[in-house]
Order: sequence, then structure tokens, then C-alpha cells
Amino acid sequence: MIDILEGLKAAFWLVVSFDAELWEISLRSLRVTLTALVIASLIAIPLGTYLAVQRFRYRRFIISLINALMGLPPVVIGLIVYILLSRSGPFGVLNLLFTPTAMIIAQVIIITPVIASIAHQAMRELWAEYHDLLISLNTTKWQRIVTLIRDGRRNLLTAALAGFGRAIGEVGAIMIVGGNIDHVTRVLTTAIALETGKGDFALALGLGFVLIGIAIVVNLAIHTLSRTEREGRW
Amino acid sequence: MKKLMVTAAAVLWSQCAMADEMRLAVTTSFDNSGLSEVLLPAIKADLDIDLQLLVVGTGQALKLGEAGDVDAVLVHSKAAEDTFVAAGHGTHRREIMYNDFVLIGPKADGADTANATSAADAFARVASAEAAFVSRGDDSGTHKAELGIWSSAGLEVGGFGSWYHAVGAGMGAALNTAAGLDAYIFADRASWLNFGNKSGLALTYSGDPALFNQYAFLPVDPAKNANIRSDLAMKLEGWLTSRRAADLINGYEINGEPLFVFNAVVQ
Repeated sequence: MIDILEGLKAAFWLVVSFDAELWEISLRSLRVTLTALVIASLIAIPLGTYLAVQRFRYRRFIISLINALMGLPPVVIGLIVYILLSRSGPFGVLNLLFTPTAMIIAQVIIITPVIASIAHQAMRELWAEYHDLLISLNTTKWQRIVTLIRDGRRNLLTAALAGFGRAIGEVGAIMIVGGNIDHVTRVLTTAIALETGKGDFALALGLGFVLIGIAIVVNLAIHTLSRTEREGRW
Repeated sequence: MKKLMVTAAAVLWSQCAMADEMRLAVTTSFDNSGLSEVLLPAIKADLDIDLQLLVVGTGQALKLGEAGDVDAVLVHSKAAEDTFVAAGHGTHRREIMYNDFVLIGPKADGADTANATSAADAFARVASAEAAFVSRGDDSGTHKAELGIWSSAGLEVGGFGSWYHAVGAGMGAALNTAAGLDAYIFADRASWLNFGNKSGLALTYSGDPALFNQYAFLPVDPAKNANIRSDLAMKLEGWLTSRRAADLINGYEINGEPLFVFNAVVQ
């Protein structure tokens, strides 16, 4: 119990003293995760909607595959990305290993299935509602997908936030591909792992509370910007 | 509102680094010692190199060197280092400094290791008492050194009972486990002194010359790929073996205790 109180205290002092290093790693966490979120959403949301709208031969298989990929341990994804980006690997010439870009790539792979799966679920229900209307209007496939995405945007936001939550708290993959290098690839989660390793539980917990705070602020900000969860609105 | 978001995005993206960058894979025990916090700013000041440390176990450090993903490694496991150089992954091996390993255990010292006559004897006492023992179990330099002492005591790790816990983790995580289990653990002195969660543990045995822990610097073979900065690795080696580094390394203390002994041959 003492440790948790110490952690809260450490978090409080880190925040009120505007600790430069804390700012740096927090901003890097946000930069990596938000970039990964945007890229993953651009892939996953159209993909999830397409899977809801279109019937094709391997549809079931692809849906099962996406659901299964949600369960992949981040460490495995990290290892695969490491092998691909390693200078002795196929994409070694790009020289991306141990950079924030490598961390973004790993996070995109981790959260795309999560967002696609939740988006597909939501879009499937919406499509059942809109099916007859959109078919009778003789819309093209593209128009159907765009309509569903526009009208289902609140559900899609939930899907994206689920992806954000998974990405911002992820440590296994970005530790391998980022390397937790001070001032280059150290983010909140890897710093927490490092401080835990040093036995400095108070600081580790403090960083953990800062991480939770950032996640709350980002969620609130996105809800405010998109005007959801307000009175009189759905 | 859109402007605000664009500005926020711009701020998030506007962090970039310059100057010469070099990647050095180091062991967890070296990083936990805190010596890097003294050496890194001095290296930046003297050589204008932004040294990027990848903190991993010796096994993984050598693996990173083998793949050509780092420019040099600083590790502590002579046999593995010699193999690394013999296989052509590194150009050569240069000894820099040493510290020592210690045996940590519960304050009560149920296995009476404090009165041991040698490191091997201390380990034999732990084994015959079947006292809980936490092993790194991660193929790191410390793990290899621990295995070496078990075999010098004539004991076979594979045959140990449930008192022997191979946790497969870094030095800090393994120390946390030992603190939780009130177990014996083999650690390097620096990590132990800097460790923040000592709870019921204490240093029970140290001082045997068999416990010396030699760190060596191995530049990675630049023929592996065009991105390896062997020029910087050579500059860094020159600095690490210089008088200035010697003073910083020998002068580094935790709680008034010196930790490292500089022993590079100055050419």
C-alpha cells in the first residue's frame, strides 16, 4: 500500500514540476501512438466496413483471421518486425530499426486487427438496418461504404479508441523494435519497465499514473472534438 | 478546432535529433550501475557523439552485433566474446574495466554463506541447504558467470529441485523476484547497490577473485553493412581506454564505494 501512495506522490511531483524528461517521453508516447492510430484506422475502418458490406468467397476466413490476430502477443509482432527491419533482414536498407518509425509500424500491426474487428461488428449491424434502403437506391459499393462509415462514425470512434488504448499501453513490441534508447525511443511504457527493473517502484508507478492520465485526456479530447457523449445527443 | 489539431500534430512531430549517432549494445548490469550517466555526457562533450544505448542481456547484445544492428557492444562474458570475434562478427576484443559479482541473500542467511571460504563453497552451501535461489536464466553474462560457479562447485544446475528458480529476466527484474521470494541471487555489485527494492535482502558473500567481472568493448565488423559506423566505434574505443575515461570509471562511487576498476591497456 505504501508503494501505491508513493507512486501517486511521485506522479504528482513529476507533473507539477514540469519534469523535462517526463514531457519528452510523454510527447513521444503520444506521437508514436497517435500516428499509429491514424494509419491503422485508415486501413482498418474501410476494411471492417467492406467486410460487412461485401459477400465473397473467403470472407468468413478473413474475419476469423482478423479476430485471431487480435490475440497475437505483441512480443511476437515485435520480434517479426525486428527481423524484417534488422540490417541483416529484408528491409534493413531502410535503416528503420530502433527509431520511432519502427515502433509505429509495430503498433499499426498490433492495433489494425482490433480496430477492424470492432468496426466490422458495428458496421454489420448498421448494414442490416441500411441494407434495403441502400440497395433500392441502386448505390454503388463505394457509396454504401462511405454512407455506413459516415453514419456509423460514433461506433467507429469507439473502435479507434479501443485501438488507442491497446497501443498506448503496449510495451513488449516497442521494447524490441525501439530498444528503449534514452532521448530517441524511450516512451512511457518502456520507461516504466526500466524503472521497475531498477526497483524504483514509486517512479514506475508515478509514470503509470501519468500514462493513465494521458489516456483519459486523449479520450475526453476526442469525445469533445467529435461532440459525442453529450446531453441531448447520442 | 481544426487549426488546433494541426498545431498539436505539428508539435508532436517536431522533435528531431542531430549530431553523430552511434549505437552501442550494453548489458543491463552496466546500465543499472549508473556509470553510463557519467560517461555519456562526457562522451558527448569530448567526441560529439550521441551514444545510443541498447540495454539488453549479453546474449541479445551479441545477437544485435551479429545482425549488424549496432556499431559496437560492451559486454561481460569472455567465452561468448571470443566466439563472437572468432566468427568474424567483431573486429577485435578490448578489455576496458571490471567490477565484481556478489551473492545476495536473505538477511537471516539460512545457508550460512557469509562464512564460506570461496564462491564455489558459498554456492555449495546454498545447494545443500536447498535455500531458494533465483537465477537470471536469460543467457546473459551474469547468468553465464553464475553457471560457471555452479560447475566449479561440482554441481549440475539441471538436477536442482524446485528451490532453484530460473526466471529468465534482466538483473533488476530478477532482483525484484528474489526480494519477493526472500531468495539468494547472484548479482553484480553495481546493480545491487543501485537497486531500490532491497526489502529483506543483504549482501552475504563477496571477494573471491573468481567473482571478477571483466567488461570488454567489441566493435562490430563494418563489412556487415554500409550503415555501421566503425569510425565512431574506433573513436569511442580510443576514448574508453584513455586517461580521462580511467579517471571517470575509477572515480565512480555509489554510497562512497568504488565500483569499477579500469584495466584497459593504454597503447
